Amino acid sequence: MVEHGDIRVVHRGGSKIDFRQPVITNDSRFLLCTSGDCVKVFSTSTEECIHDLQGHTDLVTGVLLRPSNHLQVYSCSIDGTVRLWDFTDGILIKTYVIGCPIYSIYASANHEGVIFIVVPMLSDKRSELFQLVAVHLPQSGDQLVESRELSAVLSSVSSNPADIAFGRGGEYIASAKGFQLKVFFFKKQKSYEFSLKEDNKKGGLNTFTCVACHPKDDCIATGHADGKIRLWRNFNHKKEYTYSTLHWHHNAVSSLCFTPEGTNLLSGGVESVLVQWRYNQESQRDFLPRLGAAITHIAVSPDGALFCTSHSDNKITIIQSCVKVSAVIQGLVKGENVQTDLIVDPRSKALVLNGKPGHLQFYSLQRDKLFYNLDIVQQEYIHELGLEQFEVVKAAFDASGTWLATVEERKQKSAELEVNLKLWAFDEQTQSFVLNTTISAPHEARITAMCFRQATDSQTTMLVSTSKDGHFKAWQLATPAHTEDEGPSWSCDFVGTYHGLVPECCCFSADSSLLAVSFQEVVTVWSSTSWELLTTLSQPPGAIRDLCFGRLSCSKYLLGTTTKNLLCCWNLLTCSLEWSTSMDISLLLADPLSENMAAFCCQAGCTDLFVFKPSEPRPLFSHKAVCSGTVTRAVFAPREKMLDSCEENGQWLNRSQLHFLTQYMDLMTFTTKAEDDRLMASSKQLVIDDSVAMTPFYLLLGKHRHQQQQNEDPVSSLSAERTALPQSSVAIKELLQTPAHVLPSTSFLCSMFVQSLLISVTDPRENNKKAEEEVESEKEEEDSEEEMESGIVRPDQAAVSVQAAESAAPTPTLTKAQVRELRRLKKLDHSWLAGLLDS
Amino acid sequence: MGEFKVHRVRFFDYMPSAIRAMAYNSRTERLAVARADGSVEIFNFSDNYFQEKVIPGRDGRAVEALCWVGQRLFSAGLNGEITEYDLENLKPQYVIEAYGGPIWTISCNNQGTHLAVGCEDGTVKLFEILKEKIQFQRNLDRQKNRIISLSWHPSGAQIAAGMMDMIRIFDTETGRATHRLLVERGIGASRSREVVVWSVAFLSDNTIISGDSAGKVQIWDGLMGTLVRTHLVTKWDVLALAVSQDESSFIAGTSQGTVVQFQFLSSTVDRQDRDHEWVSTRTFKNHSHDVRALALTDTAVVSGGMDTQLVVHPLLDKVEKYTHEAAQRKIAFPHRSLVGCAKKAGLLLFQFPDHLELWRLGESDGNGKPGDSLTVKRKPEKLLQLKRKGDDHICCSALSPCGGWLVYSTVSSVRLYKLQHNNNNVSVNKISKLPKELRSVHQLCFSADSSKLFAASSQSSVVVVSLNQLECKYVQTLRHKSDSRQPIHLLYPSEDGKWLAAANTDCQIHVYNLHKMKLHCSVPVYSSCPTAVAIHPATNNLISVHADQQIFEFSLQQKEYTEWSRKLQKQGLHGLWLKRDTPVTSVGFNPKNPTHIVLNDTFMLCIIDQSLPLPESSTILYNQMTLRSLPAPERTRQSHAFKICKNFQHLLSVSLLDDLSLVVVERPLLDVMSQLPPPIRQKKFAT
Repeated sequence: MVEHGDIRVVHRGGSKIDFRQPVITNDSRFLLCTSGDCVKVFSTSTEECIHDLQGHTDLVTGVLLRPSNHLQVYSCSIDGTVRLWDFTDGILIKTYVIGCPIYSIYASANHEGVIFIVVPMLSDKRSELFQLVAVHLPQSGDQLVESRELSAVLSSVSSNPADIAFGRGGEYIASAKGFQLKVFFFKKQKSYEFSLKEDNKKGGLNTFTCVACHPKDDCIATGHADGKIRLWRNFNHKKEYTYSTLHWHHNAVSSLCFTPEGTNLLSGGVESVLVQWRYNQESQRDFLPRLGAAITHIAVSPDGALFCTSHSDNKITIIQSCVKVSAVIQGLVKGENVQTDLIVDPRSKALVLNGKPGHLQFYSLQRDKLFYNLDIVQQEYIHELGLEQFEVVKAAFDASGTWLATVEERKQKSAELEVNLKLWAFDEQTQSFVLNTTISAPHEARITAMCFRQATDSQTTMLVSTSKDGHFKAWQLATPAHTEDEGPSWSCDFVGTYHGLVPECCCFSADSSLLAVSFQEVVTVWSSTSWELLTTLSQPPGAIRDLCFGRLSCSKYLLGTTTKNLLCCWNLLTCSLEWSTSMDISLLLADPLSENMAAFCCQAGCTDLFVFKPSEPRPLFSHKAVCSGTVTRAVFAPREKMLDSCEENGQWLNRSQLHFLTQYMDLMTFTTKAEDDRLMASSKQLVIDDSVAMTPFYLLLGKHRHQQQQNEDPVSSLSAERTALPQSSVAIKELLQTPAHVLPSTSFLCSMFVQSLLISVTDPRENNKKAEEEVESEKEEEDSEEEMESGIVRPDQAAVSVQAAESAAPTPTLTKAQVRELRRLKKLDHSWLAGLLDS
Repeated sequence: MGEFKVHRVRFFDYMPSAIRAMAYNSRTERLAVARADGSVEIFNFSDNYFQEKVIPGRDGRAVEALCWVGQRLFSAGLNGEITEYDLENLKPQYVIEAYGGPIWTISCNNQGTHLAVGCEDGTVKLFEILKEKIQFQRNLDRQKNRIISLSWHPSGAQIAAGMMDMIRIFDTETGRATHRLLVERGIGASRSREVVVWSVAFLSDNTIISGDSAGKVQIWDGLMGTLVRTHLVTKWDVLALAVSQDESSFIAGTSQGTVVQFQFLSSTVDRQDRDHEWVSTRTFKNHSHDVRALALTDTAVVSGGMDTQLVVHPLLDKVEKYTHEAAQRKIAFPHRSLVGCAKKAGLLLFQFPDHLELWRLGESDGNGKPGDSLTVKRKPEKLLQLKRKGDDHICCSALSPCGGWLVYSTVSSVRLYKLQHNNNNVSVNKISKLPKELRSVHQLCFSADSSKLFAASSQSSVVVVSLNQLECKYVQTLRHKSDSRQPIHLLYPSEDGKWLAAANTDCQIHVYNLHKMKLHCSVPVYSSCPTAVAIHPATNNLISVHADQQIFEFSLQQKEYTEWSRKLQKQGLHGLWLKRDTPVTSVGFNPKNPTHIVLNDTFMLCIIDQSLPLPESSTILYNQMTLRSLPAPERTRQSHAFKICKNFQHLLSVSLLDDLSLVVVERPLLDVMSQLPPPIRQKKFAT
């Protein structure tokens, strides 16, 4: 990535988390998965990303728990290093430099100090042949260790990590490639090979797709391209080996996994059904269907309680004992192709784009998390090759976010194009979009552009769509005259044409009084109230590609780019060309919150970015080689809080942030240094978050904490440093950790607890300013002590309470910060507790 | 290759009968197969699965179970009788009534001293096996329900009996039931129906394996009487079980046509001695219908059922790859001809178990190009349908070359008919007085001039009967000098009426001189059984084709193998020729070209041209199509002795008429399949 002063282009999340098999830690609390060039640590219970393990400089290709220390994890990467991490604290412990790209990593408890990696046969080139090598990890105290001592174990293996697996206790390793299964016994140093015919009589492909080994028995399970699973036994014989076949999947088995005790075998494929086979009773199987998308990987926690499945729509599902989906970690869904533009939902500030087939996804940029998918097509998606399905091709929001317009189309080979225009109203109650109007065949041909009238003040909302059939249509919300029960629906208000030319783009001016529609080389400007053609602007040669009105102070300008590499700026007051410049602009974009415009300009395989104001000749900011390939999708996302950067070239990022999609569907953004620092700080704080024991109180406190966190957000963004959370305070810990049988009854405790909180709220001092708190801190400390003791210890209680008092004894060690935090907790919010008491 | 006018006959509605039971004798490597019509067939597994013997069935005798005791074969059926077969004369030797109602199963202990039968009335009856007969010894504890299946413990001290809803273990010493293993019923709707234990197997480690109508294969501990494992194999019935000799694997046949193999495997590879478990490993799907009978040989899974085919599926871990043994066999048609052909008269005789059909071949006019189908001038016509008399099924039949005589035989009697053709009508006259030597015969044929009838009788003898207008006279019984008593399965009289070749299942071929009425010579015994013999009309050489696909030519004059035969043996036959899996069932000669020998098996028709060089192992055997496209000089250079035509499939018979037209009797397997009852309805994915 290219540094440009303060402003950097960074990955804005959304990298693939389904690339490799995730890992669940021994205590089942964390889930680690590869994500681009870092490893993400998620909490299995809250789905939150706890931290990123950053350090690799290229794609991470594998994560693996260290067999000898379950608190450490190995990761390997194309950059040729294996790194050892402490994932609880997110610390890089060691880096082993191997020196050639690594495609997968394996280890076994039986092989102390050795890891097995898959590297290309010819280390200098990216060849197609791979080998499995053993690496002895040298014992040394250094952070950076060179270990180029490789010894080959198996040659010509597959680079897919699912194709290699360690057998029972690491005594052998099984590797599948093509139609061949190889088993290598370490003790005897002997390998056995078994091959299958290319295809069987019924035409199924016998290609191996994945391998798993039973943890206790000598049984290898292999998945095949035709959906069969074979269980191999007796494989230390050249001839007397035997296998049984299980067949449920109708398409390739993409992942297989045995549970830690070996009682069950899990398999998954494109059917998006998790199948659980009883080992040795394979006719009994359980299904967990409707997981949403094709399963790519399956992992099981070491205690067998949690399963997790990775899905092709960039999702990880955490499943409790094969019955219940307990958590879904959803990344940015990356389809084959984003057909809608990147849009920002004005209401939730979420990025909206194509998600699952037939859906729009609402993706939170701030939290790198999917909010929800909105089913636009509302038809069942059928997994079948070559089947044409309805796809969402256009979407637009109105200025307030109350209306969403979508266009879906289906092109079947012989049939006519089917187009539907759907209008969705935001429902305050359900907090989601509800279908209002469906217009089937709104135009006779494909819709090329669509936009809402921007103005928020005007009573009627209006949508304009342009189509290849030579018309542009204005749609308006109209209340039906005769029927009472039906709400208002959308209908066509105006149909416009211009000399039979095909309209390409349309755009409303900032005050919505003008509509500009481009008809090939000609830009027509219409009055949006009277539908009068006001003027035409033209700058031949070259058809107009993009059209944009200036905003705020520049709203008198209309900018357009042409296919002949021209950027024109017209002054609408004079109806003349203000300026023009020759640039190959692939995308022109206006920031809705400022005068700024962004132009992505394609040059020599790279894309450059220029940010400028239409009124000023000099660009505000330019960035050479943002990424390779052309950028066709980008959006200005308004910031939640304005940045007050005063540096000149960073000012355009103050109000909104520019996001764009590269050729490879990576979502990138521009950040300033200040922002980076803030992010770093907040990532450190999050470490503490998951230190809650799983107790009944956890549920109460977890809920509370959630609310608190939201309340705190503005605070924490102000001050980078963050104080300890209430549940880490010793007193509450004691309360939580004291065995239940020595505690007084819960109802009693609860009321005491609430009472203690109520007192502090009524305390008038609490309303004082922060500055005063500093001064009075000592006093408060005493107060809080008293409160705690009165809350927990009752002098007239029996021996039980004596113990409780003893346990409460360490409270004086509360730090000032903790006390302050406790205070704040008290005054923050306890409506939840009141509600609990009431119910 | 030569061009013939071909009568492509597809009106022989031969329908094989469903396979009901099977027994494999591992010592002699013979498999006995019982079919639904009561017939029993013996296959020699050491000799290319050749069907050596066929014992014809009988109405009302449904064989339910078969059992080998040494070389002796016993069967039992729902008529309540136990039958021992006379394998030398191909008929039941004696029949004993068990007095227990229908018998479901018969089983012999390992020691070969006792037979146990399971009867409808709930008794297990023990029979002592004596030298010439069997004798009832005792009843075991009578049960309430019928005994469906039985299995002896290898020690002979215990018997496991499968019944309705349970398995009983009996002590054979005391006759008391020692254990009662309750078999769970199926789930759902079948819960109300009682479960039938179709098959049990008692292993030497006291494990009992059972297969039942709920689709379960269950492993029981026979000492404790407890259930060890249940494998749900199918939704329908598990009908048959077979255990390998070393008890390391067993197979289960289901009514959906699959055979599931279970193996006794240790869970870890390096410690072979412990933690063994029965694991379901392979599934074979070779049948469309119920698998009723199973046998597990050392190298192959043998299965048969409702779809009438006998399938030998080799276990690839036990055989060498790419060998003759490693190929799967499906035996759908008998290895002997059921079609008689009157070469002079152009008549065909079809043999069914209960009747004979006489057809006149159609005629066509005009000539066409090779490969054309000619228009039929006169349609083929069924002249006669002759129902047999009595309960015994027809075992052999013959039609004289002139079309004037017809003979058939059952195990008990021979019937000879004189046919009179006047225009389109055929009148049949039974010859009432037959010589008493013609009683029990298993092969019949007429001499070329229709003046003599040859019948293969007991102890490998041939009875010669002379025929003239309306009467027949016993001439002589021809006997050979060796002590073989095996039945003759092939007879071939020479064209000139001088020689008669007779082949028996001891692989011997004897040639008799009919002028002197005595043995002329015996062909040196080859290890494989002859499947077709013929004497060349011009050279008087005897051609014999054997079950292992070898071809010999023996000169009757010189009493030695001919030069061509020696050359063939020296060079060896082509690999692809040896790989064919059906035996050659007929040998014929082209009267126009004496160097041509016409052979056929089920899948091909071959003309061996003795004047052409033999094919090298590297040449392409099936080269007729490529030869056709080559120019003439090239063609002569590439052609070799074996000219193979695969245009006709599922051939039951090929014969060359005197007018040089070829009669090809086909029975497409699809036609057979379409006449079977519908199989179990199974939900197929994506239908």
